[in-house]
Amino acid sequence: MSGEIAAITMAARPKVAAAAVKDASITALIAFGLFFMLVGLRTDVGPSGGLVLRQRWGEVAILVVLAFVLRLGLVTWRGLRGDAKPATAARTEALRKVGRLVAPVFILLAVALPFIPGTGRYELDLGILVLTYVMLGWGLNIVVGLAGLLDLGYVAFYAVGAYSYALLATTFGLSFWICLPLAGILAAFAGVLLGFPVLRLRGDYLAIVTLAFGEIIRVVLINWASLTGGPNGITGIPRPTFFGLPFSMSGEPDTFAGFFGIEPSPVHRVIFLYYLILVLALLTNWVSIRLRRQPLGRAWEALREDEIACRALGINVTTTKLTAFALGAMFAGIAGSFFATRQGFISPESFTFIESAIILAIVVLGGMGSQIGIAIAALVMIGGFEVFRDLDEWRMLVFGGAMVLIMVVRPRGLVGSRTPTVALGTRRAIGAEHVAEGRG
Amino acid sequence: MAQPILEASALTMRFGGLTAVDAVTFTAMRGDITAIIGPNGAGKTTMFNCITGFYRPTGGTLRLFRDGMPVELQSLPGHRIAQAGVARTFQNIRLFPGMTALENLLVAQHNTLMASTGFGFGALFGAPGYRRAETLAIEKARHWLDATALVERADDPAGALPYGQQRRLEIARAMCTDPLLLCLDEPAAGLNPRESDELSALLRRIRDGGCSLLLIEHDMGVVMGISDRVVVLDHGKKIADGTPAAVRADLRVIAAYLGEGDEE
Repeated sequence: MSGEIAAITMAARPKVAAAAVKDASITALIAFGLFFMLVGLRTDVGPSGGLVLRQRWGEVAILVVLAFVLRLGLVTWRGLRGDAKPATAARTEALRKVGRLVAPVFILLAVALPFIPGTGRYELDLGILVLTYVMLGWGLNIVVGLAGLLDLGYVAFYAVGAYSYALLATTFGLSFWICLPLAGILAAFAGVLLGFPVLRLRGDYLAIVTLAFGEIIRVVLINWASLTGGPNGITGIPRPTFFGLPFSMSGEPDTFAGFFGIEPSPVHRVIFLYYLILVLALLTNWVSIRLRRQPLGRAWEALREDEIACRALGINVTTTKLTAFALGAMFAGIAGSFFATRQGFISPESFTFIESAIILAIVVLGGMGSQIGIAIAALVMIGGFEVFRDLDEWRMLVFGGAMVLIMVVRPRGLVGSRTPTVALGTRRAIGAEHVAEGRG
Repeated sequence: MAQPILEASALTMRFGGLTAVDAVTFTAMRGDITAIIGPNGAGKTTMFNCITGFYRPTGGTLRLFRDGMPVELQSLPGHRIAQAGVARTFQNIRLFPGMTALENLLVAQHNTLMASTGFGFGALFGAPGYRRAETLAIEKARHWLDATALVERADDPAGALPYGQQRRLEIARAMCTDPLLLCLDEPAAGLNPRESDELSALLRRIRDGGCSLLLIEHDMGVVMGISDRVVVLDHGKKIADGTPAAVRADLRVIAAYLGEGDEE
């Protein structure tokens, strides 16, 4: 049997090789056509101040050969491998088993991070940044992954939360722990306010209007200078206290270090912030997991699968969508108020469209609806971005390449399968080919 | 003495200059299977969409009799019509393909389950009241999976079921909303003869369970076999209304289906 397959492969080999060489030659030709102008000819400022034409045929040759070799390798590999096998149920099942192990390991690592030797301030700061995005990703997942509503203006709610905390704390002197839920409620309110007019739109139209909403919030923040400080932002936002005990270097008894009788250190506050965002992110996770298993969460997923069928079953589509929007916005608001207290300074600069795009990319790359996939995607995207800092401008190239690679290899995100919320017998993962993406 | 379950009077639906349903009046009786038939383009599905709230009728009234009290359907939004007790299936099946068969049936019980969640907090923290409601909901889902012979496929995604099973699951899902009137849009389309017979038996059982049925169907074997009343539409107008035998003998019905001869 295996000998037969080997014989077929041997017979197919020359054909594959010929096709690959032909394909690679065409690729090389196209590469030459592109790089001939882009790389081969370059204008420099000459010694006399005029422009001189410099020719770089060596570089062109390297690029063309590189394109030829890479294409040859890719086509040969594809030809010999045969048709791509669809993910079998067994494979999905195995992945799910691994996934079950991955989550506790990640949580354990996250909890232990501040005490792992070699963890300095930089690592903790990076951890805080990653966890902020994990939380934002999980929050947006409720809207995009579960309810299937494409929201391109998610950062607006993040901004609402941040400014709510900043303004409430600097104007009324409210403590962080009072402002945190208030910021969440205000952001949820903003979500409902946006949701009412736009949720009758679907698909691309919804995406465009949410995108505009994100920009409107930013423009309002810039121009309403009397309230928000305009482009200067808000400074002197109170730093968080350990339930009333400030983190200060003085060592007085009413400070954190003094109260617990330990050496004052600036790292204490960073560790506190780290655990704070970890708890907030895990809260988001817990709420979304629990909600998925109750009627509301099921209705969200049903909405993503088929809105018309939902209506025929007596589900109020508008309020169901609104709850998803409000809840997603609430978690963004809470994350925003954490962001404000961590930075001590916020300005509209921090809430540009690119933030929305990054959060959405995390959700899509992680696999819509998958909690663990989103956490990994946030770690890879935000953490990886920092790790490759040494690559300077090449960083974007690596980043873009990695994203393309993920989309080619796993078009439905890292974890595309879906776990049923309830079962008569055993729960079996549902392959990505059945799960709908949602049309808004 | 039979009581009406649904009463349509002078129901009219216009799309611009086209009158798809033209002043149709009919009554469906409680505990009956009422079939709506007619050639392609006769306005059957349009009328169905009016009854189930997907279109708002241009004129006329639709009354559903719930415990003897009339509910005016024509002005209610779609989800309220379903809550009032009208469930429907679709001509091209509309299940939630990425959810299991059981989940599909639980989504159908959304409103009763939501009422027991205590604004979500009860379910969030697993309150006993909610757990009881969920157990009941799963029991009901199991009952309908049993009735449609789908229990073995309960944990499979709906999108992976074969066509005939998807049809049955859609009926089970509609029944999980506890409807007074079940509206079926071509339930036998694409089924083989054996599956059609099973479907007829299932529909009879549903009727005997106390639910009234309204169906659009092209499969005359199914229509004539199970219907108590048949309403015939042609070009948006009602041309006949009566028992299957009476309708089958009606000359205008024969003319509508087979075309009229030259009358010179």
